[in-house]
Amino acid sequence: MTTTSSAAAQSAQAAQAARLSDSDIDARFADVMRASRRQRFWPIGLAIGTVLYLIYAWIAFDMTSLVQQSRMDRAAILALDSFAYKVHVTKDLRGDGAVSLSIEGARQGGFDEDPSWVQRRGDAVEVDLGDGYRVTLQDASLTLLAPGLEPIRARVGEDGAVSMTGPQPEWLKVNERRFEARPELFKRVRMTRTRIEVHRYFYGWENFWFDYSSPFYGMSLMQAWSYAGDAPQIEEGASNRALLLENIWRNQEWQHGEVFKALLETILMALLGTMVASLVGLPLAFAAASNFNRLTLVRIAIRRVFDFLRGIDNLIWSLIFIRAFGLGPLTGIMAIAFTDTGTLGKLYSEALENIDGRQVDGVKSTGASSLQRYRFGVIPQILPVFIAQSLYYLESNTRSATVIGALGAGGIGLKLVETLRTGQDWENTFYIILLTLAVVIAMDIFSGWLRRKLIKEG
Amino acid sequence: MSTTIDHLEKAFSDAERKRRLYTALFLGATVFVMAGGFTIAEDMNSGGFIDGLSQFLDYPSDIVVESFEEGWTWWPMLLEFAPALIETINMAAVGTILGGVFALVLAFCSTRGLGVWPPLVPICRRMMDGARAFPELILALFLIFILGASPVPAIIAVAFHTAGALGKLFSEVNENIDRGPLEGLTATGATWFQRMRFGVLPQVLPNYTSYLLLRFEINIRASAILGFVGAGGIGAELRKAIGWSQGAETAALFMLLFAAIVAIDQASSYLRRRVTGDAAFQTA
Repeated sequence: MTTTSSAAAQSAQAAQAARLSDSDIDARFADVMRASRRQRFWPIGLAIGTVLYLIYAWIAFDMTSLVQQSRMDRAAILALDSFAYKVHVTKDLRGDGAVSLSIEGARQGGFDEDPSWVQRRGDAVEVDLGDGYRVTLQDASLTLLAPGLEPIRARVGEDGAVSMTGPQPEWLKVNERRFEARPELFKRVRMTRTRIEVHRYFYGWENFWFDYSSPFYGMSLMQAWSYAGDAPQIEEGASNRALLLENIWRNQEWQHGEVFKALLETILMALLGTMVASLVGLPLAFAAASNFNRLTLVRIAIRRVFDFLRGIDNLIWSLIFIRAFGLGPLTGIMAIAFTDTGTLGKLYSEALENIDGRQVDGVKSTGASSLQRYRFGVIPQILPVFIAQSLYYLESNTRSATVIGALGAGGIGLKLVETLRTGQDWENTFYIILLTLAVVIAMDIFSGWLRRKLIKEG
Repeated sequence: MSTTIDHLEKAFSDAERKRRLYTALFLGATVFVMAGGFTIAEDMNSGGFIDGLSQFLDYPSDIVVESFEEGWTWWPMLLEFAPALIETINMAAVGTILGGVFALVLAFCSTRGLGVWPPLVPICRRMMDGARAFPELILALFLIFILGASPVPAIIAVAFHTAGALGKLFSEVNENIDRGPLEGLTATGATWFQRMRFGVLPQVLPNYTSYLLLRFEINIRASAILGFVGAGGIGAELRKAIGWSQGAETAALFMLLFAAIVAIDQASSYLRRRVTGDAAFQTA
């Protein structure tokens, strides 16, 4: 009786509510509306707060002046240099006026004979820059031929001033001290009172396989391989192909050998650091789990040790270990092992506290010894967690290992900092970055694969 | 009958033997890698393990002794270095916020069934993978070269990595939502934004907040490290102190960094428990 009447009242109320205006709803459901409105406003408040914070940060970090100071030209050089190299044709105006060729200017050695795009005719040198651009160097003057333009002539006078005649397109900058033309990204001509330089850029990484000192210098890998097969023994006591591999490994410019040694160091740091951390963390985790250790004091002490190890960052640990162990992978291993013993120990102890007690009881009911209870009751339950977490950390530690390396522990991180610091061979930096990324991604894929495989089968 | 049992027993013991063999192989491989790896590491290292072990406590004890010699003037140092710590925390916070915004966009773009243009899904996923694989340090060093030594390269580097790492976690949260509310909203004729706002966000926000806080904590450590290679903040001060062998200053900076990390660790785990706890209460 009462249910029907209340249902009827409700439906009548609902019908009435349908005709209610907004203000009526506000009045009747004041509590609900207020809560709803509060809920609607706090995201807006949060957004405003975030924007205000970002404005504060913009001012605190002095972004405005930073934007002005940024060196985008460096970015352009860096980008260009990472996939291209240039050959310098240099005429020294101070000395005997000889024209020399070299790769990337400052490098030792160069060309035994002129490439086809450089022609010497008497005392004039003609450089073909491609796409119809040609430069002729003679005495202290140059002639630049550009498609669709009158010849541009520039010379250094007796007084040392640079002067020019001819059209002046926008890619040409000239004043008394220098003549600078860059019609395209891959072509550049510059002249000062002391020298004329013509740069022609080529795609690729020069001398990637063989450096100047190698008998295979200038060959591509395939060429060198077949050459090594056919040619008589180049060096006493070593087969040509062994010599070839040796030459690649000892390439002075790209330092393949050293780079791979550094990569190995980084992988060692990550692998051994994670292994030590998980093997030390597991027994400690048993001692820190309330269902395995009844001694509260010991338990709390071990938990604090975990917090301490975890709280002191990789960075600080590695700085301490560098003092003790010196430069090298050992420092990185210990730094990673210390931090992650804390992290993994905490995770394992939480997993241990959450295991299902019935499985242990079941094993116990068959009359199993305590060792057997652990073996068949506990280990199967935490093994998936153990494997999954260790592998997750292996992957992230590969990244940490490059960072610790850069702080001084060695490995690929340090190599990267070194090449960056010289700021010369950007293609080397780029190469190292690519290798590092490849290792990190490979580690990611490998640990994911192993995790799926082990956990599915286990 | 007995043949079946024999058969079963044989199959069981075969499986058991195979399992034992795998376990033994795995353990063998572990021991081999550990032994081999440590031998190689010992070779490559400039200092030995045994010698190092005895010197391990030298450096910490040196800086503690120097701090004690400093006496009462050690404490004001904590205050003196506080601005550097705040700068590092700001770097991490800005990086986390910017990275979080990108992560949000990427996560929504890489979840199927949310009404995003389907070809965008794999593209966004690959973008996240790429951003995640980039170690912060590499990007930071690069940007320091272009933008000069300042906190901004570190912020960009942190934000970039965060976008990838958080984006992946966010998209996993998105995958696991209950599609019911979405269908209900579609039935009422809600627009895409309304569906996301009322159908998706209430479900994912607690987990998002939890992951964001966790990332913030990680980013503080990362920012401190990036300071060490030229991005300012507490890392830069630490580098200076260590470089000039100022033990007392080094100890103060270690202390400050440790305290900050522990404090933020505690605060964020408290907040995370609250946020996800509330969510559990609401759905119950």
